[in-house]
Amino acid sequence: MWEYSEKVQEHFFNPRNAGALGDANATGEVGSISCGDALRLMLKVDPETERILDASFQTFGCGSAIASSSALTEMIKGMTLDEALKVSNQDIADYLDGLPPEKMHCSVMGREALEAAIANYRGEVWADDHEEGALICKCFAIDAVMIEDTVRANNLSTVQDVINYTKAGGGCAACHEGIEEILTKVLAERGESFKVTPPPSPVAASGKMSTLERVKRIQQVIEDVRPALQRDRGDIELVDIDGKTIYVSMKGACSGCQMEALTLQGVQQKMMEALGEFVKLVPVRATTPAPGLCNPK
Amino acid sequence: MNPIYLDNNATTRVDPSVVEVMLPFFTEQFGNPSSMHSFGNKVGLALKKARQQVQALIGAEHDSEIIFTSCGTESDSTAILSALKVQPERKEIITTAVEHPAILTLCQTLEKDGYTVHYLKVDGKGRLDLDEYAKLLTDKVAIVSVMWANNETGTLFPVEKMAEMANAAGVMFHTDAVQIVGKLPMDLKSSKIDMLSISGHKLHAPKGIGVLYLRRGARFRPLLRGGHQERGRRAGTENSASIVALGAACEQALEHMAYENTEVRALRDRLEKGILAQVPNAFVTGDPDNRLPNTCNIAFEYIEGEGILLLLNKQGIAASSGSACTSGSLEPSHVMRAMGIPYTAAHGTVRFSLSRYNTEEEIDRVIAAVPPIIAQLRKLSPYWGENGPVTDPAQAFAPVYA
Repeated sequence: MWEYSEKVQEHFFNPRNAGALGDANATGEVGSISCGDALRLMLKVDPETERILDASFQTFGCGSAIASSSALTEMIKGMTLDEALKVSNQDIADYLDGLPPEKMHCSVMGREALEAAIANYRGEVWADDHEEGALICKCFAIDAVMIEDTVRANNLSTVQDVINYTKAGGGCAACHEGIEEILTKVLAERGESFKVTPPPSPVAASGKMSTLERVKRIQQVIEDVRPALQRDRGDIELVDIDGKTIYVSMKGACSGCQMEALTLQGVQQKMMEALGEFVKLVPVRATTPAPGLCNPK
Repeated sequence: MNPIYLDNNATTRVDPSVVEVMLPFFTEQFGNPSSMHSFGNKVGLALKKARQQVQALIGAEHDSEIIFTSCGTESDSTAILSALKVQPERKEIITTAVEHPAILTLCQTLEKDGYTVHYLKVDGKGRLDLDEYAKLLTDKVAIVSVMWANNETGTLFPVEKMAEMANAAGVMFHTDAVQIVGKLPMDLKSSKIDMLSISGHKLHAPKGIGVLYLRRGARFRPLLRGGHQERGRRAGTENSASIVALGAACEQALEHMAYENTEVRALRDRLEKGILAQVPNAFVTGDPDNRLPNTCNIAFEYIEGEGILLLLNKQGIAASSGSACTSGSLEPSHVMRAMGIPYTAAHGTVRFSLSRYNTEEEIDRVIAAVPPIIAQLRKLSPYWGENGPVTDPAQAFAPVYA
């Protein structure tokens, strides 16, 4: 059984704004009947102010799809179209006190229906660029299509690369078999064969490394993980090194994110592999307040 | 309100009297049956009795044909991997498109290792084409593995006949019989079935115990090697408490076999007729004339199964669905897809699976509960109008990506 929040259950059992909207002047229809989720969003927009006067939905889908649709209509009523376009799928999930990773696509569908309805109102053609694959990484809700596309676009060849670029596989590690399968397939297309990652740059067992080399390696690890974090509107900076303790600052969306501890753990692991010694990563609180949670896609 | 459990194809409750029988094996009779002292000896005798109780239920010729395992999945894997091991020159497997993941996922993995797997197709009612099967039976095939009863629809496959055909062609035959054992009578000694899988928790025994029936003389290689348990065919200290419980559950299943096929069947039929009489655009999936007595799978068109289950659950009714959402996958049940059930119906399939513990009063409560739930969800559906499906549903609602 899914772990649905009270709010998801409440919106499923008592959906708001369900049914056809007679005088709708904007309609968005998205979803995929093969996947079992499809949504029609109907809006009544004031032509003068572009304010959403009323909204309703019809949904073919599971409990969280119905709850996400219901939440969306409640959230956008009274907003102008431009304001509504700022509502992200994470906002929908947050409104419902979160969704299970397997169900995040329900909030994505809500966001897409909104885009489609507004495009419909403005006489634009809305094209979907979202193709969904089987869920591979359950910790960060990352699907096969996303991993495959990223592997292709960036010429990735190891599981570690995939973790760095997509975060997939960076949590419990149970999905590494699935990631290896994707790598094997894409590498075969490039005429290469998948090899298990060779251990990172061999560090002299004696541990004799100059201070300069050590600092360089620490900086390199930080630089390597930054792109992945920046993609989620976050960032990490090296603050100070004190023996075995490395101080970093988590920035942007990473700061205060539910996943912060997990991210730090991953970076610390990489740090230890690069240095060949035990080190501890300690976050230094950012002075700017956290703008929100990490978007696990 | 008392909860109503109609998900017995998923798992079953252990009968209190079975729990009673197994309890002493945790505290007093805890010895290792392999030990020489008296702590072990009595356990050994209890296991022997359990083996005979299983033997009686499935009509095996010898009690030594019963190998206790940890679950149905282990039995399935053991059977198929053994057949491949003893016949390294044979690189093909025949199975069906509607098997349980315990078989399907293993077969898909074996394909990656270079084996060729033939998945027999089914028709709209979930039936096999035996001509297609006959053509595939060659000396390249190491094993045929075909489920006896489908877990989702209850549809029965003619495995006895298929085993004879395999035997005549010199091919080993295995059947995943976890859904049928205890529900319909069988007599393995008069069949050509070489191997058969049983799962304890499907017939009111505990989880974590299973059986592989292995016909005497069938060539075999163990999956787990180690000690001499199960005559060296499945190493690992016996799960004595659960084995004893499984034996007791098998004896009870044999006693209730007639009840299952009269009373439980009548309750199932009552449920099915009661729902279909009130709910339009709903139909039974699988082969209604040839199925398990306890199973009923109904497709409710234009709505999605998870919603149905959540609303049923709110009223204390437990069932299951073939929708994508309930399984965490992207596609609806592979069984429904294999039968060509359209997506708008496949996502709305609900399986009610009964047991001898269900009552007529419970069934009547479910019959009353279902129609308003279906109506409630259809009100939300873009495919549903005022009093029925919209005209030409596929045209009326065509979302952007499909």
